Amino acid sequence: MTLKAFLRASAIGAAALSSTAAMADDHRLDLSGETVEWIIPFSETGGSARWATFYAPLLSQALPGTPTVVVTFMPGAGSTTGANHFQRLKYEDGTTLFGSSGSTQFPYLLDDPRVRYEYSDWNVVLASGTGGVAYLPPALAEAYAADPTALNDEDFIYGAQSATGLDLVPLLAWEMLGLNVEPVFGIEGRGDGRLMFERGEANIDYQTSSSYLSGVAPLVEAGTATPWFSFGALDDDGNIVRDPTFPDMPSFKEVCEANPNCETSGTTWDAWKAFFIAGFPAQKMVFLPNGASEDAIATFTEAFAAIKDRPDYAEISETALGLYPQLTGAGAKRAMADATVVPEEASDFVKTWLQESYGIVLE
Amino acid sequence: MDVLATALPALGDAFAMILQPHVLGYLVLGVLMGLCIGVFPGLGGIAGLSLLLPFMFGMEPLTGLALMVGMVAVVPTSDTFSSVLMGIPGSSASQATVLDGFPMAKKGQAARALSAAFSSSLFGGLLGAAFLSVFILIARPIVLMFQTPELLMITIFGLSMVGILAGRVAVKGIAAAGLGVLIGTIGQGSSAGALRMSTFDTPYLMDGLKLVIVGLSIFAIPEIVALLRQDKAISDRAAIGGGWLDGVKDWWANIWLSVRCSLIGVTVGVIPGLGGSVVDWIAYGHTIQTAKDKSQFGSGDVRGVIGPESSNNAKEGGGLVPTLLFGIPGSGSMAIFISGIALLGSGNIEVGPSMLKNNLDITYSIVWLLALANVVGTLVCIAASGPIARLTNIRFALLAPFLFMIIAFAAFQSRQSIMDLVALFGIGLLGILLRRFDWSRPAFLIGFVLASPAERYTNQAYQIAASRFRRSFEEGIDYVFSPIVIILIIITVISVVVGIKNAKSILAEGDVKDGKKRAPLIFLLAITAYVALAYFNASLIPDYARMDRVFPVFVATVTLICLAILLVQMRYSPDTNALFADREAQDAEINTHGLWSTLAWFAALLAGTAVFGFIIALAVFLVTFIRYRAEKSWVYAGLYAASGIAFICAMAATLNRDFPPGLLQEFVRLPWPLS
Repeated sequence: MTLKAFLRASAIGAAALSSTAAMADDHRLDLSGETVEWIIPFSETGGSARWATFYAPLLSQALPGTPTVVVTFMPGAGSTTGANHFQRLKYEDGTTLFGSSGSTQFPYLLDDPRVRYEYSDWNVVLASGTGGVAYLPPALAEAYAADPTALNDEDFIYGAQSATGLDLVPLLAWEMLGLNVEPVFGIEGRGDGRLMFERGEANIDYQTSSSYLSGVAPLVEAGTATPWFSFGALDDDGNIVRDPTFPDMPSFKEVCEANPNCETSGTTWDAWKAFFIAGFPAQKMVFLPNGASEDAIATFTEAFAAIKDRPDYAEISETALGLYPQLTGAGAKRAMADATVVPEEASDFVKTWLQESYGIVLE
Repeated sequence: MDVLATALPALGDAFAMILQPHVLGYLVLGVLMGLCIGVFPGLGGIAGLSLLLPFMFGMEPLTGLALMVGMVAVVPTSDTFSSVLMGIPGSSASQATVLDGFPMAKKGQAARALSAAFSSSLFGGLLGAAFLSVFILIARPIVLMFQTPELLMITIFGLSMVGILAGRVAVKGIAAAGLGVLIGTIGQGSSAGALRMSTFDTPYLMDGLKLVIVGLSIFAIPEIVALLRQDKAISDRAAIGGGWLDGVKDWWANIWLSVRCSLIGVTVGVIPGLGGSVVDWIAYGHTIQTAKDKSQFGSGDVRGVIGPESSNNAKEGGGLVPTLLFGIPGSGSMAIFISGIALLGSGNIEVGPSMLKNNLDITYSIVWLLALANVVGTLVCIAASGPIARLTNIRFALLAPFLFMIIAFAAFQSRQSIMDLVALFGIGLLGILLRRFDWSRPAFLIGFVLASPAERYTNQAYQIAASRFRRSFEEGIDYVFSPIVIILIIITVISVVVGIKNAKSILAEGDVKDGKKRAPLIFLLAITAYVALAYFNASLIPDYARMDRVFPVFVATVTLICLAILLVQMRYSPDTNALFADREAQDAEINTHGLWSTLAWFAALLAGTAVFGFIIALAVFLVTFIRYRAEKSWVYAGLYAASGIAFICAMAATLNRDFPPGLLQEFVRLPWPLS
């Protein structure tokens, strides 16, 4: 463990301890008449916008004094503009929140030069997980099912957004399986990738769970797509197991084990797993700024916990979020530690791989 | 037949659903809110819908839809006000309306232009809805036929409209479009993320310039400055005739044009990925191509209003297809619309491939709510157009500061950085010079809008085609030259030929007299220097990111060739040649104020914002401008500034926006709105 990682981990530990203590007393913020601003470092049109839009009215009801909760969009430079802005803010009165996503986490992990923010300065109050599903055209899926090496000579086309974003998880996975996948960059959202698949231009794709359920499941029903594997989910011991949302689908680990090209140990596997964990089980997190008081952290933690306890929560959250853990308190802190600390070997491996496969140099 | 068997009952259900009093009530409410926001340039459906989102949670689906659809539907109707009356494109949907609508307003025919525009909007909206009711059932496979090569060809077809709008000197128009494309490629490349004309130290430029800012800069700022220099009202003569009834008659006389442009709007709107930001230009180009007498375009031909306005409301209907059937938003406001739908009721309306099967009645309700909202919106707009048209009789020096305030506020919504205002001012200066030397501003804007789709689709089509060719030659050819691509190529060629033949007689921006040689030459050299710099900058992109290099290098090369031709022509032409068009020479007699002294006012506002923040700088600007430039009393100036500030603060508070802070705010903590 490097010194930086150690400091980061101990800061998280300390924050965890102090907030548990804060839970015990009764000094909560009173936000009556206030406006809570929730900064989303993306445009109004992305998945993070949908996630924040879902939570904002619920949060308003759950916070003491029912303040107005507004979502402010601050897009730019792959979310680093908004994150850098949030880093510069000092805690004042608990009326500023930040929502980060996998696209904010990955540049941080890969030492992107645009990153001027430090996760360990911030105070996490919610961590939302998700999963991902890879799928194929039925004919190719059949061929692969018969022989895992049958597709090694196939030219795969994949509609991709950016190799340094979440796309690196499926791209690395497919490469580990021995497939020759050419990413076609420049699509504007995963929905465009699915459209490319539907048009027959791309012949391999993945979607996050909620988009899979709404966009791909109907294609599976119509017989134009076949699910292949889910990336999986983490159990309590940190092992990759089947995704509870898709219990009938093998996890990537199972698919990898069954494939002679792929190994579930070693540097490559560890790197994939580290970036999967950073990108999916804690994909979106809500933070209070540097220096937030314990009262504030406790107030927001309890508010998000109260939202999860709503009797109608399962029903209203299903389409917006899927069936994934929404962690608060200690769970959120553990998830944040998983998502923002990767072993140095893993990030070095991915940096080298990005450079060799795509010529991308982050300096 | 079974298609009809399911569609007809669903259509009946939909009508029964939307014709309930409370649904209609919410629709009218949405329409009124949409009108209030759409009237202000630059604030479109995105701002309005974000305003509604917090109320959508758990709302009854139909009433929530009525509210949202009412809001979305009227934005392309109400933004016509600023396009026609002020020459400011209210949104990307009414850019082409400016070309003929604004000259009509200048001639005192504002009410006529407005009512022609509204009639066309209404008709386009209704025809679009009727077309969609049938088309939506068979749209899925048709939309899927539009693969990347087809999308690329549509983009190229859009670019070919430059041919018609190029102005008197065709090469100059192409160079203007090339410059627009190059400005559009600034920032990170979509393929490998290589930086063009920007560095990691200029984060603002890394994301490229936004259409809102460029659109306002290229059309609004030059008009405001030009009118301000002449120091009179927009309309220099009293209104002619009854006004609005004439406009309706004009529309009726051109009903077939309106039909064709509506169909153009709905079909281009259906295709996901183009977002419909060029629909109005394609419609405008079509209008010119099919007109017999082309001499009046650009100086107030009512057909130039009817065409684009018929298409832009129909486009909203078309845009519902990718949104509802594929779950892929065709525009920013449609993206928010999708997240709004997810919040409605118990969240069980799932936009996407299952929408038609599970929610056909809801789908039809949305289509017809859209149509109904068009009717309501148009009636309100027509009723309001008479009084609002009188704005054009106000002395412009009193209107300009207010307009500038709104434009600055709208521009600032783009990235919420003071750089938004710097960009507005900088590109605005370019717009002023393009206007002065008669470089086609429509061509520039088309280039800018299509730069990113053109580059993206070129790269993607190339990559996918290469993969197909690796598999087999036939597969590659089938992919690249599909029947749709071939048809589009033919249409494009025809459009270019017709365009070139007529370009000389179409003066999209009116006639411009020729001036001296020196100023136009210096401007040409400055443009050449920028294009050469862009070429050099792009050529430095290393090989691994070559996909981000090819397009700007290619466009810069073409542009440089055009500029070289112009330089040679200038060398050998007398100064009476159209090449040396210079509006300064033409307007010398009517300009009562200098260009630079007028610009200095706005530069001062910008500098003041950088130091004291927007609101303080704006207050000082409004008071001094009204006192010294408009030469009103201190009391008048104070009242004007107070009401202006109150207005902008109320708007910002409703939309929950902040204002640009300055240096002062770094050191002193001030309460909102000063913060």
